Amino acid sequence: MFAYIVRRVAYALPILIGVNLLTFYLFFVVNSPDDMARLHLGVKRVTPEAIDKWKAERGYDKPLVFNATETGIGRISETIFFEKSLKLFAFNFGHSDDGRDISHDIAQRMVPSLAIAIPSLVVGLLINITFAMLLAFFRGTYVDISGVILCVVLMSISAMFYIIGGQFLLGKLLRLMPISGYDIGLDAIKFLVLPVIIGVVSGIGSSSRLYRSFFLEEAGKDFIRTARAKGLKESRVLFRHLLSNAMIPIVTGVVVVLPLLFMGSLLLESFFAIPGLGSYTIDAINRQDFAIVRAMVFLGSVLYIVGLILVDITYTIVDPRVRLS
Amino acid sequence: MEGTLLSRPEGIRCGWIVHLFSFLTVVLAIFLTACSDEPWNRPYPVRDAHKNIMYSSFQERPNHLDPVQSYSSNEVRFTGQIYEPPLQYHYLKRPYELVPLTASSVPQPVYLGADGERLPDDSAPEDVSYSVYDIRIQPGIYYQPHPAFAQDAEGMLRYHNLRENELDAIYTLGDFEFTGSRELVAADYVYQIKRLAHPHLHSPIFGLMSGYIAGLKEYADILKTVSKQQTATSGRREFLDLREYPLEGATVIDRYTYRIKLRGTYPQLLYWLAMPFFAPVPWEADRFYSQPGLQERNITLDWYPVGTGPYMLTVNNPNRQMVLVRNPNFHGETYPEEGEPGDAEAGLLADAGKNLPFVERVIYSLEKEDIPYWNKFLQGYYDTSGITSDSFDQAISIGSGGEVSLTDAMLAQGIELRTAVSTSIYYTGFNMLDPVVGGYSEQARILRQAISVAIDTEEYISIFLNGRGIPAQNPIPPGIFGFLEGDAGINTYFYDMTDSGPQRKSIDFARQLLAEAGYPEGRDINTGKPLVLNFDTTATGPDDKARLNWLRKQFAKLNIQLVIRGTDYNRFQEKMLKGTAQIFQWGWNADYPDPENFLFLLHGEQGKVEHNGENAANYKNPEYDRLFEQMKNMPNGPERQDIINRMMSIIQHDAPWIWGFHPKQFSLAHGWFLNTKPNLMANNALKYLRIDPEQRAMLQADWNRPVRWPLGVLLGMLLAIILPAWLGYRKRQRQPAYRGSH
Repeated sequence: MFAYIVRRVAYALPILIGVNLLTFYLFFVVNSPDDMARLHLGVKRVTPEAIDKWKAERGYDKPLVFNATETGIGRISETIFFEKSLKLFAFNFGHSDDGRDISHDIAQRMVPSLAIAIPSLVVGLLINITFAMLLAFFRGTYVDISGVILCVVLMSISAMFYIIGGQFLLGKLLRLMPISGYDIGLDAIKFLVLPVIIGVVSGIGSSSRLYRSFFLEEAGKDFIRTARAKGLKESRVLFRHLLSNAMIPIVTGVVVVLPLLFMGSLLLESFFAIPGLGSYTIDAINRQDFAIVRAMVFLGSVLYIVGLILVDITYTIVDPRVRLS
Repeated sequence: MEGTLLSRPEGIRCGWIVHLFSFLTVVLAIFLTACSDEPWNRPYPVRDAHKNIMYSSFQERPNHLDPVQSYSSNEVRFTGQIYEPPLQYHYLKRPYELVPLTASSVPQPVYLGADGERLPDDSAPEDVSYSVYDIRIQPGIYYQPHPAFAQDAEGMLRYHNLRENELDAIYTLGDFEFTGSRELVAADYVYQIKRLAHPHLHSPIFGLMSGYIAGLKEYADILKTVSKQQTATSGRREFLDLREYPLEGATVIDRYTYRIKLRGTYPQLLYWLAMPFFAPVPWEADRFYSQPGLQERNITLDWYPVGTGPYMLTVNNPNRQMVLVRNPNFHGETYPEEGEPGDAEAGLLADAGKNLPFVERVIYSLEKEDIPYWNKFLQGYYDTSGITSDSFDQAISIGSGGEVSLTDAMLAQGIELRTAVSTSIYYTGFNMLDPVVGGYSEQARILRQAISVAIDTEEYISIFLNGRGIPAQNPIPPGIFGFLEGDAGINTYFYDMTDSGPQRKSIDFARQLLAEAGYPEGRDINTGKPLVLNFDTTATGPDDKARLNWLRKQFAKLNIQLVIRGTDYNRFQEKMLKGTAQIFQWGWNADYPDPENFLFLLHGEQGKVEHNGENAANYKNPEYDRLFEQMKNMPNGPERQDIINRMMSIIQHDAPWIWGFHPKQFSLAHGWFLNTKPNLMANNALKYLRIDPEQRAMLQADWNRPVRWPLGVLLGMLLAIILPAWLGYRKRQRQPAYRGSH
């Protein structure tokens, strides 16, 4: 397995370089260093000298990917791409274009993102699995049909509606929890309840339907019939045999998103004023802060690759028939 | 086989379900019967409910809190409370009046000739080589507590030679154990003026000020050279001690007096002296923040200001919250004892003579979206609010005569409305370099006038601004010297004077002008081709569609086809800089209450393409420029008004802009929020505001009683779903495994 992981990590390097290159290209197709300087310096009384100074201080006065004025390796190394990208591979994110330490900001903002993401994931999983098992158990009955219809309805509603509707109903109309905001420590809990409820409810439709299909698929297999035929209790059939086998696709699906929980939720964080990494990324894009954008894209790519590797490893754990080679 | 999915007759034990429901019922019963009066939706700690704290918000974190760089309104709302420039605007008086803040008096310039000889005060500007302002500050003013001033037992500055290991436990400024303070001296003001030229800072007014402050441009070159040498020697940016490098235009006279020397005359300097750009910065702070390790910890002057003002920034976490707390070393100031007529009746003089500031702490919370902000304001969790288009109908009712008032729901909550016409202008500009709409030929001029008549600004204000604006007649907004009230201020090129007031000229008149311009019925008289014009805009979102359609229809009234060229902000800026836009929209917000700050927007020397200035239309009229030069240095009075009127005639005739509108600010305040009077110039108004925390706490509790019964309903619904499901499950367990035919 170790050799497999090393090989996967080695494969990841060219992928990360490609992602970096693509981010760099897309960013600078839309923005030039002059544009970035102008946005950072404001709209009033900005002189060309100030723009040049801003660019020079942040290394944006160099060519993008090829420096014809240099010789040898300098043609590549004395460029914006090289200078801004190389350090990322050592997880040195450097400073944002307005001088802030990006690693420090990421570390600070990771906590609020996780504070929403982990409860949403755990509670959501519990509810979705329970609901899906219920539907599968009553397959073909009014419970199943109504449940599936409910799932389709829940899936059809936009995330924005859940957010605004949730804030209106629970925060404004019933006045049960704060409409938005965030605090540190235990005081954060009251601010997290509403976004977590919304995160869970908005995911019930799609996840429960998917999980229901997993359960139904497993329920039709011979080993379930055998388990029942040999006289096992129904609870044991359900939880020992059916659930553990249906959990394989569920767990692998969850593991792949685990690392991405760090990246936060763009919409929820914005509407609930939660200072997580999702809003950090959105803010950076709006402010044309290339340093943060490339750091977050790089981090997202790394986490996604880590997620995929974890999925492979998880397969070997939950399904003994699978071996990494 | 007719078997069901799960069809064993045995049931599972149900005890745990019963226990679970019992537990949930008990918890819910406790939950529902809890009789605390405190609202559950309160976004602040309960312990603060009765404290003298003001609650506000910010949508975007400020880019700069260093006074040499902060310029935009979301930055100055903080720096204005922390830093104290020598002058400020009187809070209540109108027209806006400069009064001393830390200065002993408003300085008057002394004029010098080319040889340094003193000239009479009424000398013509062209005779004056230098203007000298001696500014004396009041003694006994101290800085806020700050680690940069902390001293050890030997009197040495404790934190000025920090080693890396000393920074191990330092993450914010508050992590430094010791703080200190010292008296404000004139040298701090001089130090800040020198910082305008600092090679590592980007002061937006350096370009402007280097044209006036003697030697500032050369000073920047010196500092640049020194900095380069330092960096080359040590391999890193070192502290640049500006005290070692004298600047001709800013010198210390004595401990409490400093001198600013300007080339020529520039009376507008006094307005700049009321902005944070000219606030004091102690060298200790500059030295402290320049130490290695602090920048890496995001501890910079741009993040943690050091001032003498009524408030100090104790929490700067723009990811969540920024907190201003009363400065314990504040030198003291009292609420103004006089205002303008009507202020006393409005209760604005009730606190006359009382010590400032009134509010102990101000908490700004991050609020990125309008809807949550508005709802929290209605719940009483924010003290003031603006009015967005979405909430306008909920807040404002317009009477049959156009009078504006609050809706019954707002009045029932004791909310008050404050309105003021902004010292701003939003206009549609013609690029004067464009071959069709630009230029100074009679044909182009009449074409611009025809379009200006056709664009119904009144309709725009009514539809898109809910009536919150007044049509502009020229660049100068109300409240600024040069604005003419009543009929005298009406632009007669576009309005007819009638008994019922000014009326926009008819569309037939516009069509007649268009024909005179060589485009009868919107077609080129020579080629017969339809006139197609291009409008460049960054407004490309779905919300902007209605506005753009409206604009297209305005041009269509003249049979002119308007092509909307939507573009992103960067491309738009590029087009403006290159002069390739044809028609565009732009705006300007006053820096200071002087007509020069608006009329310079059409000054030839400010042309965007030629000089990268603020004249986006690239308008250039020699007579206008001459009058501008004459007007800008004059004191307000009939003579200056006369020149302004002549300038107005020129630009109204040439019509480089469709004059657009001056927006009206509508803001709401709860009844417990006192002393609010819109002051569009003062950026330090926070100290005058007062809160009645007891009234607020009482109303918050009253407005936010939780509605608990839905929780019971929810539990009932859950039971209604789960119980039949469980019974169904039990029933299935008891069914035979297989029902045969016999």
